[in-house]
Amino acid sequence: MNEINDRSRDIGPFVPGPDDDMIICRCEEVTKGEIRKAVHDGMYTLTEIRRYLRTGMGLCQGQTCAKLVKGIVARELGVSPAELEPATSRAPMRPIEMRVFAAEAKEGGEDEE
Amino acid sequence: MKNNAEVVIIGGGIIGCAAAYYLAKEGVSVIVLEKSDHIGNGGSSRNGGGVRQSGRDPRELPLAMYAVEHMWPTLSEELGINVEYHKEGNLRLGKTDKHREILQGLTDRATALGLDVRMIDGQEVREINPFLSDEITVASWCPTDGHANPLVATLGYYKRARELGALFITGENVVEIQKIKGKARRVVTKKNVYEGEKIILASGYESRDIAATVGIDVPMRKELIEALVTEAEPKMFNQMLGTADADFYGHQTEHGSFVFGGASGFEEVNRDNGHMITSGMTAPCICRGIMKYIPKLADAKIVRTWAGYEDICADGVPVIGNVSEVPGLILACAFTGHGFGIAPIVGLLLSELAMEKKTTLDLHELRYDRFHAVI
Repeated sequence: MNEINDRSRDIGPFVPGPDDDMIICRCEEVTKGEIRKAVHDGMYTLTEIRRYLRTGMGLCQGQTCAKLVKGIVARELGVSPAELEPATSRAPMRPIEMRVFAAEAKEGGEDEE
Repeated sequence: MKNNAEVVIIGGGIIGCAAAYYLAKEGVSVIVLEKSDHIGNGGSSRNGGGVRQSGRDPRELPLAMYAVEHMWPTLSEELGINVEYHKEGNLRLGKTDKHREILQGLTDRATALGLDVRMIDGQEVREINPFLSDEITVASWCPTDGHANPLVATLGYYKRARELGALFITGENVVEIQKIKGKARRVVTKKNVYEGEKIILASGYESRDIAATVGIDVPMRKELIEALVTEAEPKMFNQMLGTADADFYGHQTEHGSFVFGGASGFEEVNRDNGHMITSGMTAPCICRGIMKYIPKLADAKIVRTWAGYEDICADGVPVIGNVSEVPGLILACAFTGHGFGIAPIVGLLLSELAMEKKTTLDLHELRYDRFHAVI
């Protein structure tokens, strides 16, 4: 954390690849090519990629694609995947209906309404 | 790595990124220093996306009106990315006589400054948005308000500024501004030293400690507030919503999800474990608020909650401008949770201040030395 990261360092040009159309984030339908291009737009961290493209922001919250995205971004930056901090996991653990979530303050939950 | 530029900007949020863009566009060399690992990791990525004029303090309303009229409509084109701007109105909702009073006060102050905002009754509210509860009896309606995607707008400014040659360095924790020959010139981080002819300080609440290193204080405090997002839902409405009581605010995004922010009443004392952790009670409280106004959303699923700091100024509007005791220093902080909607014009004004040009709007009301003791 908090390593100095110069966003103008040379990572080479974007080179189109034959598998750029492959869908990596299934929930939000983001392709490998879009992820690779985003790195060249300056998105050097997984958190920035996620905010820029919505990868891992769908129903599964990145449980399927997080590792794949990490590998693609690391390769594009020329660093080891271990150097990339994962994007923050956020509550709730599973998608939860508003009416259920709203009942947290009541003993016995929503049935007591 | 280059260590000097005409302008050094402390803070890589939307304000710093926008200022960097408008400067780079004019060919001015810029270095942006951001403490976090990520660009826009503070309020810029954590707010509700409101691009509102209604409900604003008269001192900052001209900024909001200028941004809505002249900047937001063309921003996507300018930055080369869809910032999802929608100018389809803001409804501030009420149910009681007390609410009506609050809304009437806000509306009167805004119309006095030429804003198109008016009071409407419950029936008209539901003609504009049929999903709202029958309990709503009154609202203020500003048809030119709207919302945008704060994540993409912030990163869009960053992307475009970077393409134009602005340098961005993350992980640079600024500890001090130093004067040379009476002028702010040097920015010292934990690891490096940078120099600039002008220094723009736009780092939210952290601006206070940094400004203190050159003897300037901006009276502000911080509150940890929260927001949430639902899964994508079929399109329901395009207006920005808020309430007279400020129980919640939010909108449906282009993606279909609903983003709402709100308060539990414990914002001043919410616990932080160093990662802006969410509290167990806030999101459920926001949900209860939403369901009272938009009953149909009761079955929408929440997929994420998050927290972020507001830098709240002692008198509720930001501090923007030059500092006469410290020539070369330009302040832009204490946005009090209203920064996103005015970010484009603030970025432009900061670029004008840094280039010593006449500013597009007068900033006298937002000057840093406006604070006086009660007696």
